[in-house]
Amino acid sequence: MSEKKPTETSTMMKLYGWLNSRFETDAFVEYMKHKAVPVHSHSAFYYFGGISLFLFIVQVVTGILLLMYYRPGADSAYESVRFIVSSVSFGWLIRALHSWSANLMVFAVFIHMFSVYFTHAYRRPRELTWLTGMGLMGLAMLFGFSGYLLPWNELAFFATRVGTGMAGAIPVIGKSLLIAMRGGEEVTGATIGRFFGLHVAILPGLFTVLLSMHLIMVQRQGMSEPVEWDKLDPSKKTYQKFFPNFLLKDLLVWLIVLNVLAVLAVFFPDGIGVVHWPLGVKADPFSPPPPVIRPEWYFMFAFQALKLLPAHILFIEGELFGIAFFSIGGLIWALIPFLDRKTAEGEKSKKVTWFGIAVLAFMIVMTIIGYLVE
Amino acid sequence: MLKNILLISVSMLVALPLASRAQENNCITCHQDLEDQDGPSHKIVRDIHFQKGLMCNDCHGGDPTLDDMDDVAESKGYRGVPSYTEVPSFCARCHSDASYMHEHNPSLPTDQFDKYKTSVHGQRLLKKGDTKVANCISCHSVHEIGDAKFPHSSTYPLNIPATCGKCHGDTEYMSQYGIPTDQLEGYKKSVHGKALLENHDLGAPACNDCHGNHGAAPPGVSSISAVCGNCHAFQAELFDASPHKQAYIENDFPMCETCHSNHLIVQPLDAMVGDAEPAICTECHSSDDGTIGLATAASINAGIKKLVLAHNEAEVVLNEAIEKGMLTTDEEFLLNEVKQELIQARTLVHSFDSTRVVEKTKVGLLKADSVKSNSASLIDEYYFRRKGLGVATLFITIVCIALWIRIKRL
Amino acid sequence: MNDTKQSRRGFLEVILGGGVLATIAAVVYPVTKYIMPPPVAEANLSQLKLKYGRADIEGEPKKAKYFKYGRELGIIFLTDKGKLNALSATCTHLDCTVQHRPDLGLIWCSCHNGKYDMDGNNVSGPPPRPLARFRVEEVDGTIFVSKEDV
Repeated sequence: MSEKKPTETSTMMKLYGWLNSRFETDAFVEYMKHKAVPVHSHSAFYYFGGISLFLFIVQVVTGILLLMYYRPGADSAYESVRFIVSSVSFGWLIRALHSWSANLMVFAVFIHMFSVYFTHAYRRPRELTWLTGMGLMGLAMLFGFSGYLLPWNELAFFATRVGTGMAGAIPVIGKSLLIAMRGGEEVTGATIGRFFGLHVAILPGLFTVLLSMHLIMVQRQGMSEPVEWDKLDPSKKTYQKFFPNFLLKDLLVWLIVLNVLAVLAVFFPDGIGVVHWPLGVKADPFSPPPPVIRPEWYFMFAFQALKLLPAHILFIEGELFGIAFFSIGGLIWALIPFLDRKTAEGEKSKKVTWFGIAVLAFMIVMTIIGYLVE
Repeated sequence: MLKNILLISVSMLVALPLASRAQENNCITCHQDLEDQDGPSHKIVRDIHFQKGLMCNDCHGGDPTLDDMDDVAESKGYRGVPSYTEVPSFCARCHSDASYMHEHNPSLPTDQFDKYKTSVHGQRLLKKGDTKVANCISCHSVHEIGDAKFPHSSTYPLNIPATCGKCHGDTEYMSQYGIPTDQLEGYKKSVHGKALLENHDLGAPACNDCHGNHGAAPPGVSSISAVCGNCHAFQAELFDASPHKQAYIENDFPMCETCHSNHLIVQPLDAMVGDAEPAICTECHSSDDGTIGLATAASINAGIKKLVLAHNEAEVVLNEAIEKGMLTTDEEFLLNEVKQELIQARTLVHSFDSTRVVEKTKVGLLKADSVKSNSASLIDEYYFRRKGLGVATLFITIVCIALWIRIKRL
Repeated sequence: MNDTKQSRRGFLEVILGGGVLATIAAVVYPVTKYIMPPPVAEANLSQLKLKYGRADIEGEPKKAKYFKYGRELGIIFLTDKGKLNALSATCTHLDCTVQHRPDLGLIWCSCHNGKYDMDGNNVSGPPPRPLARFRVEEVDGTIFVSKEDV
């Protein structure tokens, strides 16, 4: 596959020649051959972007399969999901894969993001790659939030009611945003319609555009080298070929992830521990809410932080303060390539690293508190 | 100005709490000083009559505006404390007066005194002057009388067994009457007692549901099936149409009680019907009594036993499927139907017709079989999933290893 | 020497190729099975379409039939006024299955003589609560049953 061996049949060569004469494939192959991936102690983190991509592909495939039987609507959503997991052959597997892969994807994206952050790989010239990555993460979380409601079961219903309710606290546009999200004052069948459209049309469209940009930028600029390498003697820098070496290793990692995914889906089709999605009973707006309403784990830190805030901070409302806090924090995080001047000059910024550690610690502590306090 | 005063006084009247209303009544004012916390004047605030607006003088007579006790006793209509024997007629002054009761509590019956006169209690008290038997206040308390719908009242269903048991469970107190005193103990161990006292199922019968309350008397031998049939209607209907009915009457057997006993009615066992110990049938029937009794009992017993066994087997297989995390809604549903068939088959025992029972069990057996086979295929599915996973992971792992070697060689 | 290396390499290629094919098969098999629709190709909606009509209910000796609604058992019956009513068939006392008694004009639980009226209100005996009601709609002879107020 890798080298054009003289033993290979001429049919393959002919096909290649046919393509080459039309698309100048030679130039692309030549370009790929010269691409190199730096080898150093943190090289392992290079794989997490690829893992996220692979899990996204799994999401697309299983999502399309689920679409064949899923029917949005207050009187059909729950019934159709129940039908998928009970009557359709391997339906349980497809749903379990979709849910597991969703959670693992968000997890892989988090690792990818923090590894890029702490190695300062976002620095010039990769500012836009970072920004598109931030956009992709936001979309991934929206995917999770909108997908959670679709089975229209009790858990999803109340989590969505609380989640959309929080959006209502945003000043000026809050009320309108809430009504736009819910498709009315309350979470109803109309909400399913909106979330369904978001989940299977709007978000995939946006995601594809941003993902293409992200990947083209990565291919164009190659892997980022560690900051320390800027001052390193070129002879001490080690590389491996992108094609085929790195690509094959990427493939190997994907296969391992697929294996893990399959085992998780078969052994824990409803998830495990706090990451679980049992179908349970159908949503009933008139029934009392379950004692513990939890968002998905990747929203837990924000949910818990907002819950811990007092009713009033200084002269503004606590919830409003929280939303402002997260907006400003998110904005700083997104703009870090432009704020971090020092790393761009070839020296790691301690301040930026400490800020990152603070953010990570905040998220972890809040998540743990969120699961301990009930 | 006058308008304001009027307004204030009206609003004060409306807002006047119960306790301050009592203070305007001289009975309460003086008696509360004289009596401790258990005295009538203190207890009365918890009494339904007081809460509905009746005062001391409404029962005891006398003029409450007088402030000298001797003067009250001399005053018009003073009745004082009734003797034990007088209590029923004392209460009946109002409670048997339909037009008076209509003003205060239209839904309350007014036949309590009439019924009481027919009860064993009433007969003994009013005709023989036996003051050891119950009158109104024995069950309803005095000065602390509550509505039977209030959980703290002595006549609330949950409290009735204790209320009756106060006398009927006291061997010494009951000694002169020569009746057993183990009813309360038996009742507590019975299905009814457990349902009422342990599970707080207000639908379960307390003493009064079988014996009546104001007209309390033991049901006669022939009325037992009517009493039990109040709730166990289908069983009673079946029994009445069965050959046993006539035989029991001829032999003076106490109907339901013959097999189920009276106060200590425990959960019936399937073994109660059959042709060998501990079946109750054998107490009258023998293999050479010239009836088909024992043969019928044996085939009823066999039919029900078979269904119980099939139900339990199906349940075990189903539970295994549930444990393995399979979706078993349909099977659980069907198993519940098997249970219903079993309940119906057991009810049909009261027809003492083995064909009817066996027919019913056959319906249940079919359903139990399909629960069992469906659950078994779900369990197969579970293993199929794991085997399939094993094969898939094996393939992927082989590719991983081969790929790894391949990468090493690059 | 070179030969054995060559053949070992060839063996690895075979394993790799075969493994990839097997992996693809392991993915494609469940997917194709999933795509093929099950015998009943559509999910039961919360609005249940009954397989029988009014005439079938009328033809029953007790003028009633049972239906399965999700996890619940329901009873649909013809009232004395010729109306179709549907109620939960599970007695609120001890979970026995209730039945229609056209002779009494009642819904009756044979276990402890619990009685409900045609609207499911508990009117006599031990049942502590009314039976849940279903909404019944008849369109062109087809009966649809659904939960009230959801």
